Amino acid sequence: MHDTTALLIELGAVILGLGLLGRLAGRVGFSPIPLYLLAGLAFGHGGLIPMAASEEFIATGAEIGVILLLLLLGLEYSASELVTNLKTQYPSGIVDFVLNATPGAVAALLLGWGPVAAVALAGVTWISSSGVIAKVLGDLGRLGNRETPVILGVLVIEDLAMAVYLPLLTALLAGLSLAGGSLTLLISLGSVGVVLYVALRHGRLISRAVSSDNPEMLLLVVLGLTVLVAGVAQELQVSAAVGAFLVGIALSGEVAEGAHNLLAPLRDLFAAVFFVFFGLNTDPAAIPPVLVPALILAVVTALTKIATGWYAARRAGVKTAGRWRTGGTLVARGEFSIVIAGLAVGVEPRIGPLATAYVLILVILGPLAARWTEPLARRFTRKSSPKIAPKASPVPEQSAAGEPAVEAPAAETPTASGPTDTAHSHG
Amino acid sequence: MEHTAHVSKTALPGVGTRYDLNTDSGRHISVVVHQDGRRIVAFHDPEDDDNCKDSTPLAPYEATALSKLLMPDPVGHLHQHLEIDLVTEHIPITKRSPFAGRTLGSTQARARTGASIVAVLRRTDAVPSPTPDFRFALGDTLVVVGTREGVDAVAELITGG
Repeated sequence: MHDTTALLIELGAVILGLGLLGRLAGRVGFSPIPLYLLAGLAFGHGGLIPMAASEEFIATGAEIGVILLLLLLGLEYSASELVTNLKTQYPSGIVDFVLNATPGAVAALLLGWGPVAAVALAGVTWISSSGVIAKVLGDLGRLGNRETPVILGVLVIEDLAMAVYLPLLTALLAGLSLAGGSLTLLISLGSVGVVLYVALRHGRLISRAVSSDNPEMLLLVVLGLTVLVAGVAQELQVSAAVGAFLVGIALSGEVAEGAHNLLAPLRDLFAAVFFVFFGLNTDPAAIPPVLVPALILAVVTALTKIATGWYAARRAGVKTAGRWRTGGTLVARGEFSIVIAGLAVGVEPRIGPLATAYVLILVILGPLAARWTEPLARRFTRKSSPKIAPKASPVPEQSAAGEPAVEAPAAETPTASGPTDTAHSHG
Repeated sequence: MEHTAHVSKTALPGVGTRYDLNTDSGRHISVVVHQDGRRIVAFHDPEDDDNCKDSTPLAPYEATALSKLLMPDPVGHLHQHLEIDLVTEHIPITKRSPFAGRTLGSTQARARTGASIVAVLRRTDAVPSPTPDFRFALGDTLVVVGTREGVDAVAELITGG
């Protein structure tokens, strides 16, 4: 068969398959990310149907997928939002980092993968999934809740921290010396600072330069600019993803909104390709051996996220029930854990299967945790301390698949030490 | 005696803005305004004020319709002071109507009844304030405003009843 023909047939089959999987996910009310990953596993090396012709195209598409994911994330935030959140919520950001990055780093060291892999795995367990969480908040009708700005604030700080973390990781993965690594970090910190400053002071100028009434021109200008900046960032040893994120932050107002609407479908397409690509490069046979560590890591980091949310909400003056909701909502990990793992796979191939298993568990557990942490916590705490907890109406039965695996503490601790006792069950 | 309600505003990074209103009756309502214009109206749980008991997403056009309903009705105010009772009715031009294909002017509706034909709905679009030379077609719907008696008289005239 002709090369291009084979490419078209394979690519068409893959994208059509993704579309059907996405519909299935929508019907069940789940994020399609785990299904995309599974699809990649099924097609990949050692999978059911090896793909040959379209491999190169999918690899390039995956790169573009990461760039678009980060660009649209940047477009969602204005520079002033980032700075305001950083000022008000930085303690929560620090607690978030300490509690959730540490388990990943420790796990990598225990597995004997070395310090670079530890930094990568720390990122995998640290960053919550903005995409999954935003969708869950909408689905559960909690956008009006008092704790929602706290949840979003934590996500914003994580996303901003990525702009520093990714270049550092890229430098470490490239095996740069300490001096080289420091230089990279300085460059990236400098560019983050400059972009934030320019976007705050002269955001309107940038947006006016890019702005266009013609959607076609806007699409080409924004996409071209982003890919170019991402490439230059990659060249400077700062990661391409960060370059794209900074472009997104620099654009604001109507341009950002227009570009967001135009690029969202592209992002959906290429992000799906990226997840498939990640699955393609993971050997399904490598997953069972890492299933147990992934499960332990998922349980531990679910608990640490709940503790993080509890602390962040307490700082914002949210009451007990809202603190549990905050913690439970933050549990979901997703696209960015995979992005980080994707960067690290070249150095430590074993990160791929572990991250895949870990994200598969938490992307499914996350929405359940968001829904059930508070009612469960309340039921367990009411037994031990009959305090202000109001008479709750019994939780309406939802069509949740199986028993939610969410921990409830034995006693309410007024500190951020988080739950201690576990009552664990798997659906 | 003008009462003003106090609305507080909270930024939701990446989502939009939330506005909160505590009513005199002791309820707490939130409106979330998405960056893309969608709205969510949420009623907070009296038992747990941090939590929304119920929420409804609204598309921009639905939010517009709802806001019109919530706006205190100027006609209602007039009604209190001036004792006029205006009604609005949609009157279709059917096969039996003597005015299909004739102009608005030829009906002399306002002179005869005191009610006004303020708009004509034709298929998917509306013609506001039609001029006297506007020609009706079969299937048009007339929007008529006036007193109860006036509107009834127009309906009789148009439908040929």
